[in-house]
Amino acid sequence: MATLTQEEKEANALHPDLALVEKVKAGDLSAFEQLMRQYDRQIFRIALHITQNREDAEDIVQDTFFKAFQKINQFQGNSKFYTWLVRIAVNESLMRLRKRRSQKTVSMDDEIQTEEGSIPRDFADWMPNPEQNYNQAELADLLRKTIQGLPPGFRAVFALRDIDGLSTEETAQALGLSVPAVKSRLLRARLQLRERLSRYFRVATGEHAR
Amino acid sequence: MNCTEFLANLTDYFDAKTAATLRSELERHMGGCNHCHVTVNTTRQTIEIYRNDELYELPDAIRTQLHQAVLAKCAESKRKKKQTKA
Ligand SMILES: [Zn+2]
Repeated sequence: MATLTQEEKEANALHPDLALVEKVKAGDLSAFEQLMRQYDRQIFRIALHITQNREDAEDIVQDTFFKAFQKINQFQGNSKFYTWLVRIAVNESLMRLRKRRSQKTVSMDDEIQTEEGSIPRDFADWMPNPEQNYNQAELADLLRKTIQGLPPGFRAVFALRDIDGLSTEETAQALGLSVPAVKSRLLRARLQLRERLSRYFRVATGEHAR
Repeated sequence: MNCTEFLANLTDYFDAKTAATLRSELERHMGGCNHCHVTVNTTRQTIEIYRNDELYELPDAIRTQLHQAVLAKCAESKRKKKQTKA
């Protein structure tokens, strides 16, 4: 067995995944199972946010990990293993949406067609803890419908950055976008969601303090 | 700073890494502008509400099924690779 250089030891300590990846490259399936156990829930959540479909998201988990296994030799360790995995999952999710809707273009390049929501229009305050005015099922439904109004590429940015908590740089890596592109999409995604939720959460006009 | 400039920097406002000088400029504008103040608060709530929304969690039984299905496919592809090499 090759001895690790000091540099390699440090890299492994920084990203414990790298040691597992090396084992997978050597053909160790149990190491791969460990990586699946570690990240399947997060990959599922991301796929669910982008596709908004549970069965699709389960299939995407399978396809993502199988692809990752097949392409494991292409993983060079320039990014975190997780970011690399997310990139595969996002591509799989967009591909699946394309198939399901037989749309010509479901890609990161989808632009929001209108300027709706890019400029705030609703300046009403929201009720305190507005989500508590809805039961769990109602709220889930409302949030799902609202996020479905965004193009998939924008949903992906919002899901990775704001829900999954990736950094702007990691989101850019995972989506194959530049940092400024991530920032501008994130801004528009957030403002659109805000604008739409405001219809439900704003303080009723009569309650406005004058 | 006007409202358009404020909006252009809104993403940075939510980023903890944003420089203190920019942050205080943004806060100064927000202090005198109700529209931007509301926009910031409601955008923050939007993010929090989505973050706290417990989407359906993958049950352990399904996770195990998924793992096994993937591992079976991996083992199969390993076997095929060996065959083509041989
Ligand atoms: Zn303003």
